[in-house]
Amino acid sequence: MTSPLQQKIKITGPSMVTANRTSDGIVIYRTAKQGWSASLSDAAIVRTSDEARALLAEANADDVGAVGAYIAPVELKDGGEIKPGNLRERIRSKGLTIDLLPA
Amino acid sequence: MYAYDELDRTLINERVSEFRDQVKRRLSGELTEDEFKMLRLQNGVYLQLHAYMFRVAIPYGTLSSKQLRRLAHVARRYDRGYGHFTTRQNIQFNWIKLSELPDALAELAEVGIHAMQTSGNNMRNVTSDQWAGVAPGEVEDPRIWSEILRQHTTLHPEFSFLPRKFKIAITASEHDRAAIKVHDIGLRLHKNADGETGFEVLVGGGLGRTPFIAKTIKPYVAGRDILSYVEAILRVYNQYGRRDNIYKARIKILVHELGIEKFAREVEEEWKQMGHGALTLDHSVIEEVRSRFSYPPYEKLPHMPDELKQAAHDPLFERWRKNSVAPHKVQGYSIVTLSLKPVGGPPGDATADQMDAVADLADRYSFGEIRVGHEQNLALPHVAKRDLPQLWKALDRIGLATPNVNLVTDIIACPGLDYCSLANARSIPIAQELTRRFANHDTAEMIGRLHINISGCINACGHHHVGHIGILGVEKNGEEFYQITIGGRADENAQMGALIGPAVPYAEVADVIEDIVEAYLALRDRPEELFVDTVKRLGVEPFKERVYATR
Repeated sequence: MTSPLQQKIKITGPSMVTANRTSDGIVIYRTAKQGWSASLSDAAIVRTSDEARALLAEANADDVGAVGAYIAPVELKDGGEIKPGNLRERIRSKGLTIDLLPA
Repeated sequence: MYAYDELDRTLINERVSEFRDQVKRRLSGELTEDEFKMLRLQNGVYLQLHAYMFRVAIPYGTLSSKQLRRLAHVARRYDRGYGHFTTRQNIQFNWIKLSELPDALAELAEVGIHAMQTSGNNMRNVTSDQWAGVAPGEVEDPRIWSEILRQHTTLHPEFSFLPRKFKIAITASEHDRAAIKVHDIGLRLHKNADGETGFEVLVGGGLGRTPFIAKTIKPYVAGRDILSYVEAILRVYNQYGRRDNIYKARIKILVHELGIEKFAREVEEEWKQMGHGALTLDHSVIEEVRSRFSYPPYEKLPHMPDELKQAAHDPLFERWRKNSVAPHKVQGYSIVTLSLKPVGGPPGDATADQMDAVADLADRYSFGEIRVGHEQNLALPHVAKRDLPQLWKALDRIGLATPNVNLVTDIIACPGLDYCSLANARSIPIAQELTRRFANHDTAEMIGRLHINISGCINACGHHHVGHIGILGVEKNGEEFYQITIGGRADENAQMGALIGPAVPYAEVADVIEDIVEAYLALRDRPEELFVDTVKRLGVEPFKERVYATR
């Protein structure tokens, strides 16, 4: 029997799993080699809800290395480049959109 | 300043040791994130978009120069060289590493600063008027009572697992600078008919998803009884507050659902049962806390020194003085607000260098004391008027003499989607663009007092409901949109703003605000009529027409 939590995972396009590194909080992405990378270009891409569920479960199993793992959408460009799929992920990937000093 | 005693120092140091051990166990895997989360939250550590965020308490907004220098040091050594002052007299560091947090906490503890209960479902930092102790006409220094409440509720087992977070604010002036009507409990010090000092107690205020203005639950509670009465409120909340639904867990929902009369009866009953026991404050206890607040050895100075008369010929100085300098209870002194809202800057941010420089200026001109206000500005509370011209020049050199306090560019804004994991939309770039649009100081002065508040989500950390103009970021189909409200206010006449119409996209927000301001300038019946009063007189409709006529 599928648990209610599992039933909630539904993706509608290419997605990745992202989290923050436990020791310093930096943004990290789950890779296809069952590890983490600070670069979105290394992220494992999933295309079905089952794949997403499996990748998230694998990420959550690493409770020491990462915190707050979740699935997020990506855009795949021609040539395989991975781009964040929404504004929140763009900000997490590229950093602040603001000037820190008055301008 | 308040001087911590040995008990306070021991408590803070023990807390650092405890958290150091908890962090160590988390990093080794001995503690899971589920187990650790509540522990880190109780020490002010959130996980945000890019990193951990560390929130440090500045009780009742009072800092010594030594403490501010240490905050600067933490910003430089453990973060990225700046900090963000919040709407609840805290400072937040946005890039802290979990592995280094215990060291940062230990360095802060050396100067009596901590992060206890700056997050989690407990009693948060008890806030107060940033002009406490120096404002003319104040009933008495409200920080004495903030400190009594802080001591009683810090690590209090009964209040460490409340249904939801709990915030208290205290004021002792006619004009409310502490926004007490949008707190879970608001306390207003005043004198009763017999001339005795006590509190009007308000309860159930708050912003967020379901905003409410606090209601008066008891018009007068004697000072000696305030601890027991607040505890009675907390006990009723602890018993009946909802734990099944996070969105309905704040005391404001309980007060709303029971009705203030029934809620008051419950509190009264609880208060009676508690009797007048250990929680009744003995006069000596109050005086002991009072005695630990020190006040500067003020000089006898003229009301209008020659230095000030001379400087008044400089129009730039005068512009700054008019909106940054406020009367002090002692003749010859002033309270000086330091704007953390430079044109194009993130509201409430200060660099480590600025913090160090302000600490130096506080030593030179303000008896080593600094205040932090909920408007996300700093203040020097004891500046001799003769020193104002020199202070102004020094502040200008470090970018803290923007003459916009209380004007349209003195914007309150939450960190928004640039930092916050809860946000739906960005706040800071909206604020930055608005400060550029209204950068002309003559225009800003002509507009007059106008508070813009921006929140990046419904949780309302930017207090948008009570902004004269409130801007709330929402997300629609993956795009940032902003709802605009007008007519809100956070003072003694606090009220929620009214929505003017459908949300507008990110790119149009600054244009819309300009339209609203232009409408106000055309509609006000005289230059002295404040924006918020014009809205009160005319309602939302004329502003709505102006904004949506061409959209």
